[in-house]
Amino acid sequence: MLDFRPDEEQKMLTDTIARFARERVRKVYRDAEEEGEVPEQLARAGWEIGLLSTAIPEAYGGFGEYSVVTGALALEEFTWGDLAITFNVMTPNLVAIPVMLCGTEEQKAEYLPLFTTEVPPKFTAGLTEPVVQFNPYKLKTSAVREGDVYVLNGSKTVVPLADEAEVILVYAAEDGVTQAFLVPIDTEGLKIDARDKLMGVKALTTNLVTLSDVRVSIANKLGGDAGIDFSLLLNHSRVALAAAAVGVARAGFEYARDYAKQRVQFGEPIAHRQSIAFMLADMATEIDEARLLVWEAAWLLDQGKNATREVTIMKQQVDRAVMQVADRAVQVLGGYGYIREFPVELWLRNARGFTTFDGLAII
Amino acid sequence: MISFEIPPFIENQMQLIRMVAEQAMRPYSRQLDENEHERPDAFVQMTWPFTQEMVKRTLKPLMAQTNGNGNGTNGSAKPKREGPDYSMLSFIFMIEQMSWGDAGQYLCLPHPMLGGAAVDSAGTPEQRVRFLKRFTEGEPKWGAMAITEPGAGSDNSAMRTTAVLDPDTNEWILNGEKIFITNGALALRDSNGLCVVWATVDPKAGRAGIKSFVVEGKTPGVTIAKQENKLGIRASDTVALHFDNVRIPYENVLGDQEVRQVESRKGFQGAMKTFDASRPAVAASAIGIARAALEFTVAKLAEEGIVVDYTKSLHEMTAVERDIIEMEARYKGAWLLTLRATAQMAHGESNRLEASMCKYRAGDAVTWITQKAVELLGPKGYSREWLAEKWMRDAKINDIYEGTKQINQLIVARSILGYSRRELK
Repeated sequence: MLDFRPDEEQKMLTDTIARFARERVRKVYRDAEEEGEVPEQLARAGWEIGLLSTAIPEAYGGFGEYSVVTGALALEEFTWGDLAITFNVMTPNLVAIPVMLCGTEEQKAEYLPLFTTEVPPKFTAGLTEPVVQFNPYKLKTSAVREGDVYVLNGSKTVVPLADEAEVILVYAAEDGVTQAFLVPIDTEGLKIDARDKLMGVKALTTNLVTLSDVRVSIANKLGGDAGIDFSLLLNHSRVALAAAAVGVARAGFEYARDYAKQRVQFGEPIAHRQSIAFMLADMATEIDEARLLVWEAAWLLDQGKNATREVTIMKQQVDRAVMQVADRAVQVLGGYGYIREFPVELWLRNARGFTTFDGLAII
Repeated sequence: MISFEIPPFIENQMQLIRMVAEQAMRPYSRQLDENEHERPDAFVQMTWPFTQEMVKRTLKPLMAQTNGNGNGTNGSAKPKREGPDYSMLSFIFMIEQMSWGDAGQYLCLPHPMLGGAAVDSAGTPEQRVRFLKRFTEGEPKWGAMAITEPGAGSDNSAMRTTAVLDPDTNEWILNGEKIFITNGALALRDSNGLCVVWATVDPKAGRAGIKSFVVEGKTPGVTIAKQENKLGIRASDTVALHFDNVRIPYENVLGDQEVRQVESRKGFQGAMKTFDASRPAVAASAIGIARAALEFTVAKLAEEGIVVDYTKSLHEMTAVERDIIEMEARYKGAWLLTLRATAQMAHGESNRLEASMCKYRAGDAVTWITQKAVELLGPKGYSREWLAEKWMRDAKINDIYEGTKQINQLIVARSILGYSRRELK
């Protein structure tokens, strides 16, 4: 029945991730951003928390405790630490979760055990395309069946960790419907192109990937002949991203709140002024509201409900909230907010990405 | 465990309330709006049997605890229960659905309402039984609460209504003026209801001197000084009350033996607890109006062939579709904040921060949503032929009563910053 309190296991998990975010991620995130690289050791440590293997069914070597709500709780804590590092650590999810939700028995048996190993498998996915009017339901990348193979053409952008990937799950339109194809990296016609130069999440390596007459076996079409339920996958991705957004927003809010309490002007902390305090109250409220919207959508997915409408509504609100909160955080810090010595400008740049990040995370 | 599942008994109850809203509220909405101060008789007659049962259910465990006559207890401890107490949750759902029907009429519910919230929050089990039992029998009765004064709005400490103990008769004598009292006339003049009146036993003591007192219906010395004419919620009367040497029994001060002492300073905290319940209630009412406006707008636009496709990209959506999605998002977000504050009550947790959060967010949301509805419906939205313009006028009160948006922001701000009243004015 109606309850908004995480259970004991969820609390243990979020405590673990919160500690990791605070003690490990926050120590390196700024350097990682400036250097454009996530330290290998940290990425491994993040993977070893075992978020994904917990979700994989027992039959495939995991713990079978898949829950979107739990995933949302975990993601918020993780991205509170840093968004780019979270995306990096969770890149294998981009293949594991779609296989788990939409794969055939053969595909599950072949791929899912790979995600329960100590070393993260080098899998990634490409959904976003380098266009202005991007619509995941109407992809420009095409898949045409020719006998026993599919021929893929098009280009994908913001493909995380593509440079070292072994398999890329490529989303493409087959007869106008979005489908997904597992493409080994050495397939002829697949090219890992230039690294993207993004406004934020700079620690995460993402690339342009081009496909010209890439031929893959029909066995590599996710979900077999029936294909995938793309709206289901997109909903799972959007809930993940929204949970990630809440973590970013909370990071900004908490920093601004603490700053406002110690920054003295006119003889007292600026938080003593309603102009500042009310901004912080609005930020806290927007974050709580966004989190509840995320949880509700996550819960609906856990119930197996079709939640496209709820997810769309939720996504628009959360995208707006994270932007607003991150912007206010910079504002509260004033001039210091604009300086890279302080973290809030980074969170503002990351926040702006959520309207573009479709496909960059999934739970 | 995080869950959004609504208890089945509430789902069942909602069907009944929806019927009330459709049959006894909506058909009278326009008439009651145009004829201010007319009473919503159909609604009152239809709901009185139902509210009597509701109050009976709430009082039942208390009756057992107090041996039916109020003996054997002291202190304001809540009765022990197994598992969560969903009575407030079911009330919140009822408020939402009734306000979907008509927010002004909902306020005329023959029920303890705000007065009941005050008695529940600050009263002992014995007092709750004694004062609320009247809502389970006889003719319809109403409850009210009187806090605001001409010189004391958000600043309760400026309150000038006094309560003086007459040692000869062991009665409190109330004097002063209270304004903006919802149901003040129904509670005190037109029925044997009750009004919880905040008054000070020591005007120099500020908040510390404030206690809450129960004035029962038809008590001599109470006069209705003025009936306000309002922007909206016109089916609900808002009055000014004059208290002229109003004598009430010593036992009518809410709280335990300690609070009752003239020199005790504990009354104010108890009185303030009322808001922890009343703010989610106001938020729920706001959300009912928001849903009414939203559903109506979506239905009318659908008749024009405008239907939101939730799989469109932002580039493909029209401005109207984006507006509707934002209306839905703000409605849903505020509702979830309200459910959270209420669920906290069900689980016996403190919810002061969350109660203020949901209240100010819901007031803000419904104000915006209903204004948007009038906008999207064009000339027909502005016309009094439809109810959209009325809902917009009704909605605005939620931004104001039970603490303005700004007062609730202030409470949220103090809470998240860990600041006292002195640090954050």
